Amino acid sequence: MAGSGKIHLRPNSEPILVVQDLVVNYKVSRKTVISAVAGISFDVLRGETLAIVGESGCGKSTLGRAVLQLPRPQGGTVVLDSIEITALSGNDLRDIRPRMQMIFQDAISSLDPRLQVKNIIDEPLKAWKKGTAAQRSEKVDDLLDAVGLDPEIVRDRRPYEFSGGQCQRISIARAIALEPMLLVCDEPVSALDVSIQAQILNLLQDMKDKLGLTLIFISHDLAVVKAVSTRVLVMYLGKICEVATPDDLYAHPAHHYSRALIAAVPIPDPEASVDKIRVTGEPPSPINPPSGCRFRTRCESASDRCAAEEPQLQEIGLGHFVACHHPLIK
Amino acid sequence: MTALIKLTDFSVSFSTPRGDLHAVRGVDLSINKGESVGIVGESGSGKTVLSRATMGLMPSTATCTGSVEFNGVDLSRLSRKDLRNYWGTGMAMVFQDPMTSLNPVRRIGSQITEGLIVRLGMSKEQARGRAIELLDRVRISDPFATMKKYPGELSGGMRQRIVIAIAIACTPELLFADEPTTALDVTVQAQVLELLAELRQEFNMTMLLVTHDLGVVAGQTDRVVVMYAGQIVEAATTKELFKNMKMPYTEALLKSIPRLDQQAGQRLKVITGRLPDPTKPEPGCAFAPRCLYATDKCRSEQPPLVTTQTGHQYRCFFPLGGAN
Ligand SMILES: Nc1ncnc2c1ncn2[C@@H]1O[C@H](COP(=O)(O)OP(=O)(O)OP(=O)(O)O)[C@@H](O)[C@H]1O
Ligand SMILES: Nc1ncnc2c1ncn2[C@@H]1O[C@H](COP(=O)(O)OP(=O)(O)OP(=O)(O)O)[C@@H](O)[C@H]1O
Ligand code: SF4
Ligand code: SF4
Ligand SMILES: [Mg+2]
Ligand SMILES: [Mg+2]
Repeated sequence: MAGSGKIHLRPNSEPILVVQDLVVNYKVSRKTVISAVAGISFDVLRGETLAIVGESGCGKSTLGRAVLQLPRPQGGTVVLDSIEITALSGNDLRDIRPRMQMIFQDAISSLDPRLQVKNIIDEPLKAWKKGTAAQRSEKVDDLLDAVGLDPEIVRDRRPYEFSGGQCQRISIARAIALEPMLLVCDEPVSALDVSIQAQILNLLQDMKDKLGLTLIFISHDLAVVKAVSTRVLVMYLGKICEVATPDDLYAHPAHHYSRALIAAVPIPDPEASVDKIRVTGEPPSPINPPSGCRFRTRCESASDRCAAEEPQLQEIGLGHFVACHHPLIK
Repeated sequence: MTALIKLTDFSVSFSTPRGDLHAVRGVDLSINKGESVGIVGESGSGKTVLSRATMGLMPSTATCTGSVEFNGVDLSRLSRKDLRNYWGTGMAMVFQDPMTSLNPVRRIGSQITEGLIVRLGMSKEQARGRAIELLDRVRISDPFATMKKYPGELSGGMRQRIVIAIAIACTPELLFADEPTTALDVTVQAQVLELLAELRQEFNMTMLLVTHDLGVVAGQTDRVVVMYAGQIVEAATTKELFKNMKMPYTEALLKSIPRLDQQAGQRLKVITGRLPDPTKPEPGCAFAPRCLYATDKCRSEQPPLVTTQTGHQYRCFFPLGGAN
C-alpha cells in the first residue's frame, strides 16, 4: 500500500527516530481488516517534540504504540538511535524498553488498582535495578513531587482513591521514572485542568532540556499542541495530511482537513462568534477506506483526480508539507 | 421556576487511614429544568465526587451529609433500590474514564441495549434499532459493525462516544457529563456538543457539565460553578463570569489556558503550589497559600459565600473589581 511519501524526512539532520512505511492492520473478523495506520513515515530530531493530531479513530494511538512495538507493526521499520528496533529479537527489544516509554490514553485503567502509588512508580525502577530500596523510595518521592503531588499524602494510597487528573499524573511519574530518551505521550493532559496541564507541560519541557528527551505528543488540544511542539503531523484515517511547524500550520493550513480542524477549536469567551468551517458528513469506515485521497468524501474541493490518485506529500514552504491535489496554499 | 435538582449543605467525606478526607464541603446548588450548568475547577477539587455522590454512586467508605432533592424528592432518604429507579431515565452519567465504565468482555451492542430493554421495556429488536440510531448520532462511522465490537477494539474517543450513547439512551431528565469530550478531537467534540445541545432543546434535558475546558464552558453552559478544595468558590451566569470574575482563583485558572493566538513554544503560566491536603482543611481561605492577594485575615478566617444583587456568588474577602 502506498503511503503519503517521504519528502518530509530529514536524513541529514541525524534524527533520533526514523519511522518508515509503518503499517498496522487490525483483523476484526476472518474477512475484514481495519487499516489503522497505512504506510506512515516520519522522523523526529533529538530534543524535538512531534505532535500528532487528527480525528478520533484516525490511528494516533495505534501509531504511537506501533513505534514502541506495542505490539509490533505488520510492516515498516522503526529506527531509534541508530538501532532498528523492528528487527530486534524479543530479548534485545526488552533491553531497549527503558529507553522508550509511553503514557497511555486511559490513565486510570492503566494503573494497577491493587497497588499503592509508591509501588506503581517503583515497579519499573525495581525491575531495572535502579538503586537500593532507600534510593528508589527517594526517587519515587521526587517523581511525585515533580508531577505536582504531595508524596506525604499520596504515597500509600491506591488509584481508585484519586481523581482522574491525579491518576494521570501518577502514570506520568511512572513513565518518566526510567528517564527514557523517547517518550510517547498519548493525550497526557486531556484529563487535567488547565493549571495542572500547564504544570505538566512545563515539566515535560524541563525534562527535555535536562535529559535531552524526545517527545511524541498525541493530543486533540490544538492550543496545547501549539505551546509544546516543534513540528505537527496531521493525520486522517491512517494517513498523513500535513506536516508543519505549529505556527505555520495554524496561520496557513494547507490541507482542507487541517483547516476544518483548526476552525473547530472552542474559544474561551461566551460572546465569541461561532462561524465554523465544519467537517460535515460521516467519517468513512477504516475497513473500506475511500480510494485516492481518504478525505475526499468530506472535502468540498474534491475532484476526479482526488478519487483516482493518492496525493503525495509535497513541500509548499520551508518545512511545510501537504498531501493534497488542490492545497489551500501553493 | 422550580429546581429539578437541589443540593443543600451537601458534603462528602471518605474515611482513610490518614483520617477523614473532605472531598466536598457544604455545597448549595440548585439547577432548574432545562438549564445547563458547568462545573470547573482544579484536578482533585471534588467535581467528580460531587456528581457521583448526587447520583448515589459512592463506595462504602464515603459519608454524605446534607440533602439532595430531585423533583422535590429527598434522594438521601431513599433505599439503594428505590434510588436505582432514577438511574437512566431520571439521571444518567457520562463517566470520566470510559474504559472503567464499559465492561471489557461484553459487546458494545449489548451494553447499549441493556438500559433500553430493562428501563424502557423495549423488545430486543426495538432496542437494537435504537442503539444503532444512537451510535449514528454520536458519529460512529460504522454503527452496525461497532455493535459487535468489544471496547478494547475501539479508539479512546470512540469509547467515550459509546459511554455518551449509553447515558443518553433513555433520554434522562438530568445528565451529568463528567469531562464528556476530553478524548475527542475538536471536530468530533463540536458534533457531540451539538448533539447534547439538541437533546437539551428537544427534551428539555438538564445538564451538569464537568469540564476543564473553559472554551467548552463558554459555548455550552448558561451558568458556571467554580470549585476549589471541595467548596463552591464562585458561581455566576457564564457571560457574567467571563466578563466580571470575582475570585482570584478563577482569574488564575483563566490565565493558565493555552490559547491558539499565543506564540508557539512559550512557557505556560501556572498556578504555583497545589491544593491543600483534603484531610487537613485550612483554617482560613483554602486558596490563601497560593493567592496573590492573600492577607493575614485570609489565612485565619474562612471567607463566606457572598451573593450579589445580580446573583453572582463568590467566596473571597477581596474580590476582584471590588464587592459589586
Ligand atoms: N474513593 C475515594 N476514596 C478516597 N478519596 C477519594 C475517593 N475518590 C476521590 N477521592 C478524593 O477526593 C478528592 C476529589 O476527587 P474528585 O475525583 O472529585 O476530583 P475532580 O475534581 O473530579 O478532579 P479531576 O479533574 O482530576 O477529575 C480528591 O482529593 C480525591 O483524591
Ligand atoms: N485492538 C483493536 N482491535 C481492533 N481494532 C482496533 C483496535 N484498536 C484500535 N482499533 C481501531 O483502529 C482505528 C484507530 O484507532 P486508534 O485508537 O489508533 O485511534 P486514535 O486516533 O487514537 O483515536 P482517539 O483520538 O479516539 O483516541 C479505529 O478505527 C479503532 O476502532
Ligand atoms: S482537494 Fe482532493 S486531495 Fe485535497 S483534501 Fe480534498 S479530496 Fe483530498
Ligand atoms: S479570601 Fe483572600 S486568599 Fe482567598 S481568594 Fe480571596 S484574597 Fe485570595
Ligand atoms: Mg487514541
Ligand atoms: Mg473528575
